[in-house]
Amino acid sequence: MRSHENPQGSIRAYWRANVRLIAALLGVWFLTAYIISIVLAPWLNLFRLGGAPLGFWFAQQGSIYVFILLIWIYARRMDALDKRYDVHE
Amino acid sequence: MSIEAWTYLIVGLSFALYLYIGYTSRVRDTKGFYVAGRGVPPVANGAATAADWMSAASFISMAGLISTLGYDGAIYLMGWTGGYVLLALLLAPYLRKYRKFTVPDFVGDRYASNAARTLAAIATIFISLVYVAGQMRGVGIVFSRFLAIDIAQGVLIGVAVVAFFAILGGMKGVTWTQAAQYTVLIIAYLIPGVALAYLLTGNPIPQLAFAFSDISERINQIQTDLGFGEYTAPFQSKPMIDVLAITGALMVGTAGLPHVIIRFYTTPDVRSARYSAFWALLFIGLLYTTAPALAMFARYNLISTLHNKPISEVRQIDWVAKWEQTGLLKIADKNGDGIVQVAKGKAFQEKGGKPDFNAPDMTNPNEVYLDNDIIVLSTPEVARLAPFVIALLAAGGLAAALSTASGLLIAMSSAVAHDLYYRVFNPRAPERLRLLVGRLAMVPALAAAAYLGINPPGFVAQVVAFAFGLAASGLFPAILLGIFDRRMNAQGAIAGMLVGLGFTSVMIGLMRAPQLFGAAQPVIKDFFGISAEGIGIVGMVLNLVIALVVSRLTPPPPTHIQEIVDSIRIPRGAGEALDE
Repeated sequence: MRSHENPQGSIRAYWRANVRLIAALLGVWFLTAYIISIVLAPWLNLFRLGGAPLGFWFAQQGSIYVFILLIWIYARRMDALDKRYDVHE
Repeated sequence: MSIEAWTYLIVGLSFALYLYIGYTSRVRDTKGFYVAGRGVPPVANGAATAADWMSAASFISMAGLISTLGYDGAIYLMGWTGGYVLLALLLAPYLRKYRKFTVPDFVGDRYASNAARTLAAIATIFISLVYVAGQMRGVGIVFSRFLAIDIAQGVLIGVAVVAFFAILGGMKGVTWTQAAQYTVLIIAYLIPGVALAYLLTGNPIPQLAFAFSDISERINQIQTDLGFGEYTAPFQSKPMIDVLAITGALMVGTAGLPHVIIRFYTTPDVRSARYSAFWALLFIGLLYTTAPALAMFARYNLISTLHNKPISEVRQIDWVAKWEQTGLLKIADKNGDGIVQVAKGKAFQEKGGKPDFNAPDMTNPNEVYLDNDIIVLSTPEVARLAPFVIALLAAGGLAAALSTASGLLIAMSSAVAHDLYYRVFNPRAPERLRLLVGRLAMVPALAAAAYLGINPPGFVAQVVAFAFGLAASGLFPAILLGIFDRRMNAQGAIAGMLVGLGFTSVMIGLMRAPQLFGAAQPVIKDFFGISAEGIGIVGMVLNLVIALVVSRLTPPPPTHIQEIVDSIRIPRGAGEALDE
């Protein structure tokens, strides 16, 4: 494992990987909440999911499902990162 | 059994349960008192966080608010859930690793500054005080509506119950009662939600009925016929820029609220802090995805039951008669034709923010006044459910209010006893004295909560915007930069907090001058289209920019501070016995 060769460098790499993951997930968060559910909502309302206008559905339902999923993905991916860089408890 | 007997029974049983849990989880040290001994498993902490977060307003009023706003109600739905993504990814794991008791602990230590600590402690106390007033009021209202107990007595009963388990059990007692309270409140919310969804769409799952039924088409049709805009069409009550800003300010504010953050200090390790954020949002999401379904179904049902029907016939419906008596619903036959007309506009003139039932507003044809709270409170009767469901709803409303109030009390008393007394005034205080001061600090906090619950200041609703604004523009950036920017120093953080808090307070003051200072007109209407509710997001950006610029013009923080930052970034060691 890299961590045993160079702990300082490994911890820096762990942090960089963490920040990259956070940036990617927050990118999805931003896109879902602000772009899809608000800015594009009037246009997305031209389409339907079942009976509900799509933009409206995202703003009042879909976005919340995405938020829950994002936190779950983060916790799962960090389990793997913690182990790979040997910083877990 | 009558509704009242059921209510006494179910509310009584739930209170007995909370008191029992409070008694069994009493504590003997400050670690138990402030962070529940750090032994709370993720699922339990998730349930406790969900109850901590969902207030009397979320439970009783939010669905009604959404049903009036239609699409625009999304600001609350997304604003009060999206913040958990920020908490889980940016704050909770690192603050848990830091192994201290409070939010001001981190701010004060990270910037090695008692000024920053005091600023954070005062912000914590102010935010929590504003919030707790609304909760105690909620307790009083539920008591008065369901049990005909007067509001002041209801508030005092609520304060007594919270005092018992909070003083005895501190964070530990609060945590386990909150987990029980979540169970009570979610059952109470889902039963009527499921029943109404089944009644109106034939699909018992509200979230599925929301999408896979023709209800949104039907409500859009009715609303257009009656002269409202479509229910599902965006930006009818606010411009897009304000919807964006309010959603952002509520999200960032949520992530910066001290009583929510400290819940993540109670888990055994960093990994559990991440997972408890997931459980928390899952549990919150259960109510927050049911609420908009309930909002749409109930609005459709209310309008189609009332509109164009003879008044004498409508008044024979049980729940119409009952809720008209309590003033949550009122019909005024403005044109004297004996038929109810629902239309756009206010049915009655307003006096001091409340409708005046003796003075119909003749400038519009609308004849029906609906209070926001009626959407949730009337569903059991509208869906023809058994009386015990109504009683359950009362217990659920009380659980929502009490759990949030107890979380706020912990946040306030720890800011007073731990941050101000122990860390600033008397760092030599021995453990026993600190625990005693922690318990004593509950007393003025409870007294303030009781007083504000019985005599609510007229501007509570206005001040809540203030609480979110302060959390967003003051606390959130200071914590975020403390974790993610090693180079951030005290000068930068304090300058950022002062500018962020200052800008936000001044702006809210200018925009809400009539409510806060009794001015005749707001000094400014909005800030480039952004209202007082959303201004915190601008304050947050200003805070970040000022902090980054000032920190780069001043010397870097000392090495031992940079070591703190390095250590909170890795999970290992969170469980070690290093608690202060």
